[in-house]
Amino acid sequence: MNSLIRSTAKCLRTGAAVYLPRQTDGRVWSASARFLCAAADVPKDLGEMVKKDKVVVFMKGTPAQPMCGFSNAVVQILRMHGVDDYAAYNVLEDSELREGVKAFSNWPTIPQVYFSGEFVGGCDILLQMHQNGDLVEELKKLGISSALLKAEEESK
Amino acid sequence: MAITSDHIRDKLTKELAAVHVDVEDTSPNRCAASYKVLVVSSQFEGKPLLQRHRMVNTCLAEELKEIHAFEQKTLTPEQWDKQKSQ
Repeated sequence: MNSLIRSTAKCLRTGAAVYLPRQTDGRVWSASARFLCAAADVPKDLGEMVKKDKVVVFMKGTPAQPMCGFSNAVVQILRMHGVDDYAAYNVLEDSELREGVKAFSNWPTIPQVYFSGEFVGGCDILLQMHQNGDLVEELKKLGISSALLKAEEESK
Repeated sequence: MAITSDHIRDKLTKELAAVHVDVEDTSPNRCAASYKVLVVSSQFEGKPLLQRHRMVNTCLAEELKEIHAFEQKTLTPEQWDKQKSQ
């Protein structure tokens, strides 16, 4: 964890954008001119962003390379359920997105998870949903069959 | 305003009529001010997770502006008793 923090701090100090590997599990959003324009555009785009895909995650880093323990936890939980195809937006890439999404969701921290355009919560909530079985139910409502369900059936 | 575990504990207890609050300062594990809290309150009764967490967030709105990382667990007194007996 410490080396992760050190490497993140190094990136931020040199002002370099966090390197995004070409191959990632989720689609990666890269800084676009939209977000450099008026801040009023940000909520509008965010509204579209969260509805465009069934599962949307605002995180630090990418699914292939999370830059924070909580963001990593969300990625790992989704992976356990076999959810690999989701939209992941790296807030470390753009401070306007980082602040904009907090205002949009009225939620103070990152990561943030959306299902079908609806805010689900952060890492704590996703973890609890995973532990009490709610996550499998919510994924089913999205038309996603959790990998854990299949594993359970196979073991019977 | 200096954010301390006690300050957070007092605020949560008062504003959410909590019967139990645990505040852990997890800053040593991270690079900035971070806290992990457990709040037990009957005000959470019948409320979904997200709503409970929003109640806590609203209570600590000012503090959260300065806090970098925040973990929370919200239980009703009944859930907490069950957890304790496990």
